[in-house]
Amino acid sequence: MEALKQELKENIIEQLNLEDMSVEDIANDDLLFGDGLALDSIDALELIVMLDKNYGIKLTDPKEGRAIFETINTMAAYITEHRSK
Amino acid sequence: MNSKYNISSFCHIKNNRVSLNGSVIFNEEHPNFSDFIKAAYKTQNTKYPKFFKMDNLSKLAFLAADILLKKEQLDIEKENNIALVFSNKASSLDTDIIHQKAIQDKDNYFPSPAVFVYTLPNICLGEISIKYKLYSENSFFIFERFNAEHLMSYTNSLLETNKAKSVLCGWVELEGENYEAFLYLVSNEGEIKHNKQNIITLYNT
Repeated sequence: MEALKQELKENIIEQLNLEDMSVEDIANDDLLFGDGLALDSIDALELIVMLDKNYGIKLTDPKEGRAIFETINTMAAYITEHRSK
Repeated sequence: MNSKYNISSFCHIKNNRVSLNGSVIFNEEHPNFSDFIKAAYKTQNTKYPKFFKMDNLSKLAFLAADILLKKEQLDIEKENNIALVFSNKASSLDTDIIHQKAIQDKDNYFPSPAVFVYTLPNICLGEISIKYKLYSENSFFIFERFNAEHLMSYTNSLLETNKAKSVLCGWVELEGENYEAFLYLVSNEGEIKHNKQNIITLYNT
């Protein structure tokens, strides 16, 4: 699970172009939206694509994303349970 | 046609060089546009993380506009009535091609929303408007080449009809590694008369 969390942080930084941020800047329980990393709605869509492309998880209801993408912890837990690749 | 308006400042970005009012403010060789524009942006001390999420056309337009508007020392808590009138030849083709590649292979179909949102040239106007809180008129024209006459008459029309207090206008062209931005600010201020000949002269500076 720790390796997955590390991988998620690296992918988020690279795919969302968080230029001035490093893996060490993101805590596992930091909020990804709002007061945390301040990701926006387009970032949320990118995360949905990332789940599909990297882990074979298709979110059919975008509202599900709110809970899944809350923190690195919640993302890693969901991916571990639902991944097909 | 003589104009009662003036050009108060102008900015060029091309050939690994950024200049403001004819003076070079950044000149560094970089292997590609992405590295060049990032390096140029970092010298401006703008601190706007969204810059890195923009496509290349928006980065080019944003940086040129930011250099000019920063000089104006605008109060960005207030509404600033500066219209934007931009133009180019390639539209958003650079980003359109990136998006097309992402949807070409039906077995590997993962279009990026962050790329798709930039598949219109006027998105760069939105980026500038968000940063500087501009709720003003904006237009993006596609021309075969730089069209001083059209930019001048459209800008004068906006000013004469009080649609804007000043107009940031010009050319932002990007296709692959070929890029060129020439933006200038027109208002009652400044010493260079806003006429076709002066616009062409500055463009060719």
